[in-house]
Amino acid sequence: MRRRLLLLIPLVLFGVLAVFLYQGLSMNPSARDSALLAREFPAFELATLEDPEAMVDESLLKGQVTLVNVWGEWCPTCKQEMPQLLELAERGVRLVGVDYKDTRAKGQEFLKEFGNPFELNIFDPEGSLGFDLGVYGAPETFLVDADGIIRYHHTGYITPEDVEQVILPEVEKWRSE
Amino acid sequence: MAKRMTPLHRLLTASLLAMLLFAAGLAMAAIEVRQFNDPVMTQRYESLTDSLRCPKCANQAIGDSNSPIAEDMRERVAQLLSEGRSDREIQDYMIDRFGEYVLYNPRLTDRTWVLWGLPAALVVMGGIVIALIVRARRSASNRALSREERERLDALINRERTQ
Repeated sequence: MRRRLLLLIPLVLFGVLAVFLYQGLSMNPSARDSALLAREFPAFELATLEDPEAMVDESLLKGQVTLVNVWGEWCPTCKQEMPQLLELAERGVRLVGVDYKDTRAKGQEFLKEFGNPFELNIFDPEGSLGFDLGVYGAPETFLVDADGIIRYHHTGYITPEDVEQVILPEVEKWRSE
Repeated sequence: MAKRMTPLHRLLTASLLAMLLFAAGLAMAAIEVRQFNDPVMTQRYESLTDSLRCPKCANQAIGDSNSPIAEDMRERVAQLLSEGRSDREIQDYMIDRFGEYVLYNPRLTDRTWVLWGLPAALVVMGGIVIALIVRARRSASNRALSREERERLDALINRERTQ
């Protein structure tokens, strides 16, 4: 009897492996947490898109919960995302943009055409701030709390459902912390 | 004697040549070649860009990918190398920004010891199972001779001797 049970071991091992691998099938391989979660927003010193003379740094993000959106004129998804960002701004969320790997003229044109939900835009033509943020495509959105700590990271397109179901609850959560 | 080329032949040959040249141009345009003065540096650069995974692409090293982020990362690797940073420091620099995902060979940490240890553990377990089976068979063949079998065996051996 005991020997019989031993024969079942390979079957059990196979079962465990099958369940493990089956789970993997429904996982999104590109979904992974930002390396910057729970860390301070990286230091930077860049001009704004609006005014080449006006320099800003990371202290800009201290004092209140801010949504930092990385966008570029060259990025089609960013255009589709603008209505959601405008809605968020209308509902009282503070937004700061990072115009990533763009030219000043194109960036300004973009905001004229699609609306400007941002309090201001950090102009990052070389992508240096983007690199420090671990941005590998646009749009990407970071939620920064009042102490300047990154609390949530959204890779890619923010859908209208995401506004209600993900972004606003996260903003509320970190406002009350 | 060479046949004279018809205009169609000429057109085909020309377009084939053009395609070949175009393809060669594309292949070269994909990944830039970086040369350092020191061959050791060049080698370190190559091994680093081959062992760092591009965060944007499905499964490519930054040394194989022409996506913009891979390009930026190669550039940064070259810059950090020329600043005299060690391989480990450069890897840390990338992990800081893009996460452990960028390492093709994950480091041995509290979270990854199962990953590294499991294959070794399986080999050891397999060895133990084989050893057990071999031992069981050996003792089985020692013990399993009944009296009848032993007599037969003795008879056989004796016959051999008397021949």
